[in-house]
Amino acid sequence: MTTLAVPTATEKSVEQPGSLQLFLRYLRRNKGLAVGLLILLGLVLFTAIGLMTINPKHAYPLSVATKKPPSLQFPFGTDFFGRDLKAAMVVGMWQTAVIGVIAGGLGTLIGVVLGFMSAYFGGKVDAIIRTVCQILTPIPVLLIQVVIAGSLDKRDVTIFTMALIVVLLAWMGPTLVIRAQVLTMKERQFVAVAKLSGVSDLGIIFKEILPNLLPFIAAAFVGQVFAAVFASFYLAVLGLGPLREPLLGNIIWAAQLQGAFFNGWWWWPIAPSVAMILILGSLALINMGLDELANPRVRRTE
Amino acid sequence: MTIDIATKTAGTSPASGTGEPVLRVEGLEVTYYTDLGRAKALDDVGFTLQSGQKLGMVGESGSGKSTMALAMMRMIKPPGRIEGGKVIVGGTDLMALDNEGMRKARLSKIAYIPQGAMNSLNPVTRIGEQMVDAIKSHISGESRSAIQDRCAHALRSVDLDPGVFRMYAHELSGGMKQRVCIAIGILLQPQVIIADEPTSALDVVTQRQVMETIDKVQDEINAAVILIGHDMGLMAQFVDQVAVMYAGRLVELASVQEMFTDPKHPYAQALISSLPSLDNKGVFQGIPGLAPSLLRLPSGCAFHPRCPHGQIELHRTVRPEPVILPGGRMVTCHLYNQEGHPRG
Amino acid sequence: MANLLELNNVSKVYTRGLINAHATVALQNFSLELKEDEPTILTVAGESGSGKTTLAMLLLGFITATTGQIIYKGKNIVSLHGDDRMAYRREVQAVFQDPFAVFNPFYTVDHLLTVPIKRFKLARTKAEARKKMDESLTAVGLRPEDVLGRFPHQLSGGQRQRINVARALLLKPRLLIADEPVSMVDASLRANILETLRNLQRDHGVSIIYITHDLTTAYHIAKSIIVLYRGGVMEAGDVDRVIKDPKHPYTKLLVDSIPWPNLDQRWGSEPIKAREGVATPGGCPFMPRCPAAMDVCKTRPPLFAIEPKHAAACYLYDKQPQVAMERLSGLLPV
Repeated sequence: MTTLAVPTATEKSVEQPGSLQLFLRYLRRNKGLAVGLLILLGLVLFTAIGLMTINPKHAYPLSVATKKPPSLQFPFGTDFFGRDLKAAMVVGMWQTAVIGVIAGGLGTLIGVVLGFMSAYFGGKVDAIIRTVCQILTPIPVLLIQVVIAGSLDKRDVTIFTMALIVVLLAWMGPTLVIRAQVLTMKERQFVAVAKLSGVSDLGIIFKEILPNLLPFIAAAFVGQVFAAVFASFYLAVLGLGPLREPLLGNIIWAAQLQGAFFNGWWWWPIAPSVAMILILGSLALINMGLDELANPRVRRTE
Repeated sequence: MTIDIATKTAGTSPASGTGEPVLRVEGLEVTYYTDLGRAKALDDVGFTLQSGQKLGMVGESGSGKSTMALAMMRMIKPPGRIEGGKVIVGGTDLMALDNEGMRKARLSKIAYIPQGAMNSLNPVTRIGEQMVDAIKSHISGESRSAIQDRCAHALRSVDLDPGVFRMYAHELSGGMKQRVCIAIGILLQPQVIIADEPTSALDVVTQRQVMETIDKVQDEINAAVILIGHDMGLMAQFVDQVAVMYAGRLVELASVQEMFTDPKHPYAQALISSLPSLDNKGVFQGIPGLAPSLLRLPSGCAFHPRCPHGQIELHRTVRPEPVILPGGRMVTCHLYNQEGHPRG
Repeated sequence: MANLLELNNVSKVYTRGLINAHATVALQNFSLELKEDEPTILTVAGESGSGKTTLAMLLLGFITATTGQIIYKGKNIVSLHGDDRMAYRREVQAVFQDPFAVFNPFYTVDHLLTVPIKRFKLARTKAEARKKMDESLTAVGLRPEDVLGRFPHQLSGGQRQRINVARALLLKPRLLIADEPVSMVDASLRANILETLRNLQRDHGVSIIYITHDLTTAYHIAKSIIVLYRGGVMEAGDVDRVIKDPKHPYTKLLVDSIPWPNLDQRWGSEPIKAREGVATPGGCPFMPRCPAAMDVCKTRPPLFAIEPKHAAACYLYDKQPQVAMERLSGLLPV
């Protein structure tokens, strides 16, 4: 029998497992998030390795033999215009990522700044921002994007202009969500205590409220990226994208234009379609997974 | 093991008395399987109650008193699991019922008024609709007028105007909302009512009103009442017997007089001496230390790290078992043997 | 002796609605003086809606008064700027009711202590700051190594509230507003926390305003008491006298309903009268529930002094000398 005296007047603290372990355990419960992250990881690896191994010139027309089915030399085959589809996929995914991140990032940034200003300062500022959001929200986004993209000079359409077109009507969502969250947080007691501890207004915004909004900001970002990628896809499928670039939507549009299925070139639209499904699917899963993380009430028992 | 308390308690319900107890809990065990380990929230808890009696259950947060109520209602959710035991209400073992049977038993045999019930009233439907819903989901085949009668009767029993039936929750004060919750609890005239901290958010006057209402309601339907709380003052004014929970175990069970004049378990003794009264102004006596985490219980007796007798080897290594003392009271402590005399 | 804090005829009225303006008087004509060199413990007791929380918010400068002024060391608090404002912030602190809500869930519990140390420049080096934190945590019965570095959800409610009180100890304010500091804490821990608060006043010269609806704890910790009902002062004076011998019908009802943990002290000797009608604006707010209501109560009763340190705002005592509301502080023993 041990003779060591048990320390009194203390609570034996329970060992906390490391944060990585807790994160992995959480992933086990939140399978959606886990699967989404896995697929995204796979896509990122494909693009990264691809960018290092392929010759980007092969993603453009007249670089390799045309209409070749999948083979060892051309794993995804080639298309009517002489593009190596594997190279095209890699470059296309990279460009999609760029559009997504730029548009997503810009939309989220606008949302955070306007949402914070609106909630923290209230009054006229809030009224203006809120009204603008509420007026713009019901506008049918698809129509406007098609109109804008359709009226641009073909030479001006680059992946960056595409990103801007998307952001134009996407920033309202995050603004309203962030505004709502800040309004609630403002009334929380830890903000009152921070005031009592001498923290300035700016300090409260950046040090007390902002860190607690990170899950919402992350969720908004993923949502924005999703909308941007999806918009770039359907605009390109309609033939409104930067036609030279091997954007996934463009490839499908070109394949459809040339009647790929009827001509037996089945491999041409298949690869970009599968890629698109994977990209959008993984983003959607991550979005839903983050929703659960951000909203503790939806979280299953911890 | 089960303990039968002799029903010689401060003059309460006349219709109660000896005979088959309306509630018998035996060997109830509940474990929570969490990411951080296994926590035994209830460890071999048992007691009996006659109709018309009031039992008060006290303990710190984490002692198991709310878990007790949820277990009796079979409302423990994963990662918690009921591992064993019996809960016999009026001859029926609730643990042996199938899901459908248990659903019917809730509210009709045993009712539970949870903590913060008044804040869980649906804000967008009228009170009456919620009462009717409660009735319909537990018994079937009652005519509309019979249901209305039940509701009106329940509202009158809690001193509310039957017009409350048509009102919304936000039109009522805190005390009135709590009384609505009690009314819902007695709609089907259950044999056992469990009230978990029914007055914690209410001011002292409304608290008295609500407790007097529970008293009146109990007299009317002759139910047994279990009051869960941590306010010893409330217990002194209201209950017949007091059960003290610590780290998932029932450490003492005695009549309210015995508990306040002669507590046996050191934890109960410390609780009683820390109570403020009009005579000892300015004297503060707390209990040193903190309640143990259920994930890492101390060896032997769970209270030993905070107990003045905690250094004795037996107390540090061997788990104490419940002991029945003369008069029917129970204590789970190494200091007492079968005859009720403290060990040397 | 200078006044630390003065409330001069402060009222707070909330109006709702643009067309049918509906006014709620949260606090009415309240005056109080807290002297700088006389630390005391004053209890403000009342149920919800009594105005006690409004009073706390006014004292802390979180809301502004509708009429009347709040003066801190001679200056109106709405006009405090810069260093003066920082001094006021530093010297008037609070302990709130909910032990969890005061912690920012993003940070560890250390954040609650490190932020004021930094903002009020209470330490020159990290080591000094850590030493001060350790001292205040030990003083409330916690082991620093057990709680520092942890997140709020990893600690128990009792530990969290003790850290709140440790923050107050650390800051050593001149005035501490304790708003129901023990109502969400287990009974076994209440004694500890109340003891700490009392030590703050006795050994460190901190004045405490203890806001509660629990007269039992109020009786034990405070010297003087003000009983509020619907924004008005009903009774005030020495806490011993007011609780052992309440004069105002509302205070009598309160004291009668206290659940004393003593089998010989039963509650409910008087039945609770159901509310009849609404209070007349400008009259006694307790009238609809008062068993002794008279016609004259339709005009608000002034304070009548029953003893030197005990007054009640009730016409039942109109033979006694009147006390103006501005002289409320004179009734409170220190």
